[in-house]
Amino acid sequence: MSLTRKEVEWIAHLARLELTEEMAEKMAGQLSQVLDYIAKLDAADTAGVEPMSHSGSLCNVFREDVPSPSLEREAALRNAPEQSAGYFRVPRVIE
Amino acid sequence: MEIHELTGLELAEQIRQRKVSSQEAVRGLFQRIRSIDPRVHAYLSLNEEQSLRSAKDADDALAAGRNPGRLAGVPIAVKDNICTTDFPTTCASKMLKNFHPPYDAHVVECLRREGAVIVGKTNLDEFAMGSSTENSAFGPTHNPWDLSRIPGGSSGGSAAAIAAGMAHLALGSDTGGSIRQPAAHCGVVGLKPTYGAVSRYGLIAFASSLDQIGPITKDVRDAALLMEAISNHDGRDSTSGPSGVGPCLAEIERPLEGFKVGVPKEFFGEGLAPQVREKVMEALRVIERLGGKAVDISLPHSDYAIAVYYIIAPAEAGSNLARYDGAHYGYRTEKAEDIISMFSRTRAEGFGPEVQRRILLGTYTLSSGYYDAYYLKASKVRQLIRRDYERAFDQVDFIISATSPSAAFKMGERTANPLEMYLADIYTVSVNLSGGPGISIPCGFTRENLPVGLQILAADMQEPRLLRLARAYERETNWRQTRRTAIDD
Repeated sequence: MSLTRKEVEWIAHLARLELTEEMAEKMAGQLSQVLDYIAKLDAADTAGVEPMSHSGSLCNVFREDVPSPSLEREAALRNAPEQSAGYFRVPRVIE
Repeated sequence: MEIHELTGLELAEQIRQRKVSSQEAVRGLFQRIRSIDPRVHAYLSLNEEQSLRSAKDADDALAAGRNPGRLAGVPIAVKDNICTTDFPTTCASKMLKNFHPPYDAHVVECLRREGAVIVGKTNLDEFAMGSSTENSAFGPTHNPWDLSRIPGGSSGGSAAAIAAGMAHLALGSDTGGSIRQPAAHCGVVGLKPTYGAVSRYGLIAFASSLDQIGPITKDVRDAALLMEAISNHDGRDSTSGPSGVGPCLAEIERPLEGFKVGVPKEFFGEGLAPQVREKVMEALRVIERLGGKAVDISLPHSDYAIAVYYIIAPAEAGSNLARYDGAHYGYRTEKAEDIISMFSRTRAEGFGPEVQRRILLGTYTLSSGYYDAYYLKASKVRQLIRRDYERAFDQVDFIISATSPSAAFKMGERTANPLEMYLADIYTVSVNLSGGPGISIPCGFTRENLPVGLQILAADMQEPRLLRLARAYERETNWRQTRRTAIDD
């Protein structure tokens, strides 16, 4: 399985990562190598096998719906790159 | 014996008996860190003043006849992907360089409740992605046994701090071997608990179905002590089990009788360094002398483990790391033109190459049209790996192997080839996928004086028994007392 630079750029767009051409080229080579290795899974017979998403035996852990305090606004904003009037500030979203 | 040479349990006893004060221990430790850590670089942040205040609290409580907890006054190092309100928590990433968590991780609450003194935060591969601690945005950690070699990873800082006597106890996290492999390379003990035995609340997520926090310590008794302190139910992690693994320390000196040790042929094949194999086989003979019966077993799907892991872990990481977008916390680019360029430039500038590689890999394998071929297929093979272990543990009580196929490699040796680096985890990843506990303990040295780690695995929630065998082996061999690291030579 080999990935082209164009494909890497498309994935990078989906992942919101801005790659330089040089980086995209390098990643294409390295990711292709990993995908080649991963292809060995094709040989595993998985007919009738249920997929496993985690090893825990717990299922649907519920709790009572009781209101309780959450993080204070000030604490939540303390690490904000930019804030104003008690809100996170970001570049304009809607023109 | 100097104070820094004491194990966590020994120091806790001396502090409790007031033979040594915690303040004395902390002051001496910081002196040692100042003289050694410039060469090792185990720590990313330290706070002497605050540590001395916590030490004084422990000393005062003992003087007043109060019980300040089982870890009272004992210095502990915490991996820097575990949230602490009083230290920055960076994940060794530019993305979180100035991040000050608004809450403590569950395990940190447990440590504070037991009176431990958190002295600093330790280095790691960025977001715990790596096997050498070379992926840290703040520079690599060096192996105290040979400064030109890697300490293993991703919890390389915690393992190096323990090996070099710069902490009495430490916490790491293990997603594919990140506690056990650095413990092996640094000649210390590392325990990856059963999935769900320790709350992940406040552990910065890498791959949520695999991540577990666990102890990295000087000996097996300390691992048992620390495991008891952190293993309990926590409602804030929905995968936290109904109870912890139960008493460990009181159990581990009891001898084991009539137990079976599985030797999986798949873990002794090609790729295992001859010197490492030799040490593991010697360890097996010691275990037989202790009453173990060696049984040849097979874990037929082992060969798929790395491939499964490098689909599942990056897929989960790609989702977990979507939150780093420059909006709420962490790094933000200065070159944002609009909201999309703010996201994508923040992420390109904030994440290092390995993290970007895994995000891309995870995004690709989950993308439309590829999900069935990659993620779904990997999840099914994961089930087969799990069944291999279930079947094996019907037959035997423990499984042994090397922790890592070779001793610590030279820095820079594998950075150019990601796949080669991934294969360093070949014996450790499968129990992250299947869920059970695994420990790495020292089992000798190579001719180059590098430590070799023995991995012992057990069935889910069998930590007390696992620690018992590890302790019996440790009592018999006592590797820790036989050599000194390069730092102290």
